[in-house]
Amino acid sequence: MDYEKIEKNALVKKRIQKTFVYILLAVWAVAVLFPFYWMVITSLKEYGAYNSEWTPLLYVLSPTLENYKTAFTAVPLADYFVNTIIFTLGTTAIMLVVTVLAAFAFSRLEFKGKNLVFTLFLSLMMIPSELVVITNYVTVTSLDMRNSFMGLILPSVASVFYIYLLKENFSQIPDELYYAAKVDGTSDLRYLVKVMVPICKPTVVTVTVLKVIECWNSYVWPRLVTDEQAYFLVSNGIQEIRENGFGRDNIPAMMAAVVAISVPLIILFLCFRRKIMEGVSRGGTKG
Amino acid sequence: MKNNNLKAWLYLLPAFVFIGAFLVYPLIDVLIYSFEEGYNFASQTYFGTGGYNYSYVLHDPYFLKALKNTLILVGVTVPLSTIFSLAISVALSSIEKLRNLFQTVYFLPYVTNTLAVGLVFMILFNQTPYTPGLVNTVLGVFGVEPVDFIAGPYWAKMTVLCIYTIWVVMPFKVLILTSALASVNETYYNAARIDGTPKWRVFRKITLPMISPTLFYLVITGFIGAFKAYSDAVALFGVDLNAAEMNTIVGYVYDMLYGNSGGYPSYASAAAIILFAIVLTITCINLLVSKKHVHYN
Amino acid sequence: MKVTLKSLTKKFPSRNKKGDEVIAVNNVTLDIEDGMLIGLLGPSGCGKSTVLNLLSGLLKATDGQIFFGDDDVTGLPPENRGVGLVFQNYALYPHLTVRQNITFPLENRRGKDKLTRAEMNEMALETAKLVQIDTLMDRKPSELSGGQQQRVAIARALVKKPKILLLDEPLSNLDARLRLQTREEIRRIQRSTGITTVFVTHDQEEAMSISDLIVVMREGVVQQVGKPQEVYDSPANLFVAKFLGTPPINVFNGEVRDGKLYIGDEAILDTSLDNCEVDVAIRPEGFELSDNGVLTCELSRVEVMGRDVSIVATHSSAHTPTLRAIIDSDNVISTDRVRFDIKPSKLFVFDKSGNKLTL
Repeated sequence: MDYEKIEKNALVKKRIQKTFVYILLAVWAVAVLFPFYWMVITSLKEYGAYNSEWTPLLYVLSPTLENYKTAFTAVPLADYFVNTIIFTLGTTAIMLVVTVLAAFAFSRLEFKGKNLVFTLFLSLMMIPSELVVITNYVTVTSLDMRNSFMGLILPSVASVFYIYLLKENFSQIPDELYYAAKVDGTSDLRYLVKVMVPICKPTVVTVTVLKVIECWNSYVWPRLVTDEQAYFLVSNGIQEIRENGFGRDNIPAMMAAVVAISVPLIILFLCFRRKIMEGVSRGGTKG
Repeated sequence: MKNNNLKAWLYLLPAFVFIGAFLVYPLIDVLIYSFEEGYNFASQTYFGTGGYNYSYVLHDPYFLKALKNTLILVGVTVPLSTIFSLAISVALSSIEKLRNLFQTVYFLPYVTNTLAVGLVFMILFNQTPYTPGLVNTVLGVFGVEPVDFIAGPYWAKMTVLCIYTIWVVMPFKVLILTSALASVNETYYNAARIDGTPKWRVFRKITLPMISPTLFYLVITGFIGAFKAYSDAVALFGVDLNAAEMNTIVGYVYDMLYGNSGGYPSYASAAAIILFAIVLTITCINLLVSKKHVHYN
Repeated sequence: MKVTLKSLTKKFPSRNKKGDEVIAVNNVTLDIEDGMLIGLLGPSGCGKSTVLNLLSGLLKATDGQIFFGDDDVTGLPPENRGVGLVFQNYALYPHLTVRQNITFPLENRRGKDKLTRAEMNEMALETAKLVQIDTLMDRKPSELSGGQQQRVAIARALVKKPKILLLDEPLSNLDARLRLQTREEIRRIQRSTGITTVFVTHDQEEAMSISDLIVVMREGVVQQVGKPQEVYDSPANLFVAKFLGTPPINVFNGEVRDGKLYIGDEAILDTSLDNCEVDVAIRPEGFELSDNGVLTCELSRVEVMGRDVSIVATHSSAHTPTLRAIIDSDNVISTDRVRFDIKPSKLFVFDKSGNKLTL
């Protein structure tokens, strides 16, 4: 047997495979990044310059921030931002309180019918939101909560999955800690806030960040319950711009708006990259 | 003990209020709606109970169109995105250099606003009197006649919708598959290498069976997700999806509820329940098929 | 197949950025005769598993050469080396039956080597019979006991008739009783196939009991190579002396003064060494109770173990808080102070850096 030849062949084969793998990965990376690149580059193009390009240019010769000015002045984009921030913070905060309390009850406290309640609870995870949105829409309308933050926030709070996620994490804390705290005369609530939440901080952060992403991108519910611009979120705002605003002709300005509403989440993602990816891979789904 | 019971319920109360009011009650209510014939939202009246809503929806050409669109979308994007994400994940798992960078890049679409990035896709594919658009320009290099992807022929619009949907669902699948691949014990691969197992055979005989539960989970969630497609279509074609011939079942539900043709929660409910029934059936079929092919440890 | 390692070295890049690279295997040279059962022995982290992985080809050597017979296989990928490797955790494919696991390597053959299904099953059954699992062929690995899984793993490694068989800690996942049984089994299988076999273990008893030759390693360097009894009876350095034998060897601070070896103030025996400080190591079975013995210790307790009696005692010069002597059980001990004679063949002297000195 010619060992040298085998060695050489194996080496060459390996190199070819590696090259092929990197090409594949690079191609997909470009496919993922290109829309982002395109929105940024277009948002920097002058209105006139953009419209005179028959063949779209991959670069920008004289970048301008004019489009961003247009985006923020032609429509109340800043208001949409404020609305989205209020909606996101409100929903996430209430969700956190509700979730932490419920997860605590399920993981730490003993009560009659706990298992049954929890099982029923888990089965709710299978209910698609599209089913319940109809009644919620009717409920909110009949309570006269359309075009209000209450109407936006309240139905968006409930998240069975996050309660489940946090409960699993809480359950991993050894019982001894709880008994020790009880012996020291610590109240349940104090134990929850001072011991359990800090220990499970990674999961709490994950849940928070995932909910923030969910809120920031939510479109369907806000669209149903708001028709006054004063209560539009960024998703509805951008859709409105596209349908009835400057988006019909001023593409660079629309792209500026797109960049503006995409940036906060991308920054959030880059900061919490590991936590977000870990949280999602533990069972999150889109939306 | 009694005291404890009370306390536990107190902790659960907020969750129960929210979930009861916005999840459980609506679930029951939507069933009732779906059987209240011709419920009128404005006057809060209906003219009888029965299966009329279902029969109306099932005979509504808009619903049938939406059903057809959704089925095509599901049939194309679920297999394609699963295969692509598997290829990407396997490639990603085989490298060390730049792996983190690639992983981060691939995950980006997950955290972006579907509506916003959809507009970018729309621009890329759009053909206007002033420009054929970037995609058409690139296609032109290969001698393809320009196509109006956004307002043109049905197949062109469907292609864009499928491409965008795949782009949107890939991050989740790649992430999940990469972590599944990482959890396969490396000694299996070493054992296979010692035995001189060809790469393709290692993949088919070891990797695939080992990650089959994850793959199956992705197929199921992929089906469910694709059946609920809506905002991607809105991003590309605008709110009036019926006019664009690109409506989906979920879009139909919302249109029935609200908007130009809105105000019919009973039709919307019937359509939503039909959707739920379809998804449930497909999931059950998936489960049955998987029993044969999925290896659980 | 004869296996030769020539100045084999493996360096790993450092884990942290500024640290030096780790030398896992350092300049190892070794000749393994055809048909031998070799035990690579050493504490964890000594590089023994790295040597095994270099032999299998899963790791690439940084320096040096490996020969199978006369062929230099140093750069050859594992699939072309024709080795069988049994992993510590067995690495049985959980989704395949025992039969499918065993035929797996055979199914990889292509071209003129390609086998028919019948041939494969025939070979699998033959090998399964050798390791006595032929009645379990249709089970999944999860339905087997640890010992049975081990046998399947060995069968999978043997079925392709490897040039050499490598076993990584083959007994570490088994309980104590199975371990005894399985090591005899490995010996039997190796004898009946005649395949050159290298196995890795941190358990000296395991290595001593079945190996033709043991290789003691420490921090990537071979300390001693030899037949088990030779190595035990004549350790090359203090490390080897301490590593082999249960209960472990007793080590004392000693001194050579004017042709006599002293422990504390007591002269133990005559020596031709020059005056110096030394370490004196005495095997537990090297002590004999004697009223006028040369070494006096304080008795702590006596542990009766049936055939033998283990005397636990203290001595101010000992390296360890207690020392242990094993004597016949018909001796009666009544005093607090015990005196021993020392069998010269069970006593070894090392200089302060651990090298063996000849008396």
